[in-house]
Amino acid sequence: MTDSKMKSMADILAAHPLFAGLDPEITDLLGGCAGNVHFSDGDYLFKVDEPADTFYLLRAGNVALELRMPGRGRLTVQTVHPGAVVGASWILPPYRWRFDARAVGAVRATGVDAACLRSKCDADPSLGYQVMQRFLPVVAERLQTTRLRLLDLYAPPAEVGRAL
Amino acid sequence: MTTAVVAEPRVRAGEGGMLPRAFEVRARRPELADCVTLDMAAVDGRPLDFAPGQFTMLYVHGVGEIAISISGDPAANATLVQTVRAVGAVSKAVCSLQEGQRIGVRGPLGTAWPVERALGKHLMIVAGGLGLAPTRPIIYWALANRERLKSIAIVYGTRAPDQILYAPQLLGWSNTEGLRVGITVDRAAEDWSGRVGVVTDLVPAMLRDPAETVAMVCGPEIMMRFGAQALLDAGVPAEDIHLSLERNMKCGIGWCGHCQLGPHLICRDGPVFPYPAVRDLMTVWEL
Repeated sequence: MTDSKMKSMADILAAHPLFAGLDPEITDLLGGCAGNVHFSDGDYLFKVDEPADTFYLLRAGNVALELRMPGRGRLTVQTVHPGAVVGASWILPPYRWRFDARAVGAVRATGVDAACLRSKCDADPSLGYQVMQRFLPVVAERLQTTRLRLLDLYAPPAEVGRAL
Repeated sequence: MTTAVVAEPRVRAGEGGMLPRAFEVRARRPELADCVTLDMAAVDGRPLDFAPGQFTMLYVHGVGEIAISISGDPAANATLVQTVRAVGAVSKAVCSLQEGQRIGVRGPLGTAWPVERALGKHLMIVAGGLGLAPTRPIIYWALANRERLKSIAIVYGTRAPDQILYAPQLLGWSNTEGLRVGITVDRAAEDWSGRVGVVTDLVPAMLRDPAETVAMVCGPEIMMRFGAQALLDAGVPAEDIHLSLERNMKCGIGWCGHCQLGPHLICRDGPVFPYPAVRDLMTVWEL
């Protein structure tokens, strides 16, 4: 990768909410692990149980996180939208995806080579700490929204004990 | 010596507050599997003037009364439009009414959405589940006053695609200039190509200028708590967030106390409240 290309990739990373505000030296370093990708409607960014070797910073378009159930087709767990991160299973062993990720419409994203990023984080714990500081809120947010959905916010009153 | 302060009811007998008027069902539209919209007209021919956010007490003869929000166009007051979910004896009786049958109506009752606060600002309506019904009069009002608003956004969340209330109308509004509609569902199968996730995620994505936004929130109370918090977190001023609360309303005019929430009687002081007036009450146990 040339210096100028790395610079532009660093700029792209710095423009994404996940890495916005990071020291330019760090986004330069991360840029070496990243590249732009496009997906067409219906393409899979990744599938369940595949190695989690690339995660994505969504720049345009929407992605559905799904599970395919025998006899029930695709069940959408969540959709994610521009500015979001697609994929967190690359952080922890066994580094395999837990869901399918399917493009809904045309998608533009920045793909980040997870093994490359992990090796840089392992080599430089300070970098690893900063990267994890960026990822933890993403994971916490997903947990919070999952908890909200577990509350079944829109359950009819009869199902929560008040009915007139 | 302390003096008990008893609030004076704002609606008195003979003014529509205590004496039901006879209405006749003119049209009945099934909305969801357990939900029906009734178009009703006063037997005496007098229209029922109301402001967006108000409710009526519907009385099914021999069965009982229930508080239901008005969901029609405030500018078309010859027809009283109300959407009802069949969950208990009274609401099931209301839902089973057919064209030509009569029902007693008290009201309109309660406070209104402060729509005038939105003039010159962005208006955001955040609704969950059946909470879209009490906010629909605001949408009619907003469409009639589009030039006086910076923008209109409807953020709607519900359980599943087949639980989307007023789906054809939402689709029509989504194609209306100056009105943005965002819908999200909690769960979906592969025939749904829209958004899946909580309504609180959609709020920041649809806000334009939070400091210049007035938000009206209606839905299940937990959803309103988190919805209001999402609006606050995004920068909408607390005093520009308004909620419509629901409690066990019986008399509808502040006499019986069944709908008390701390210092408020929801039927009399609400159902629409500014968020700062109820924020702390919404987290009190057993209130």
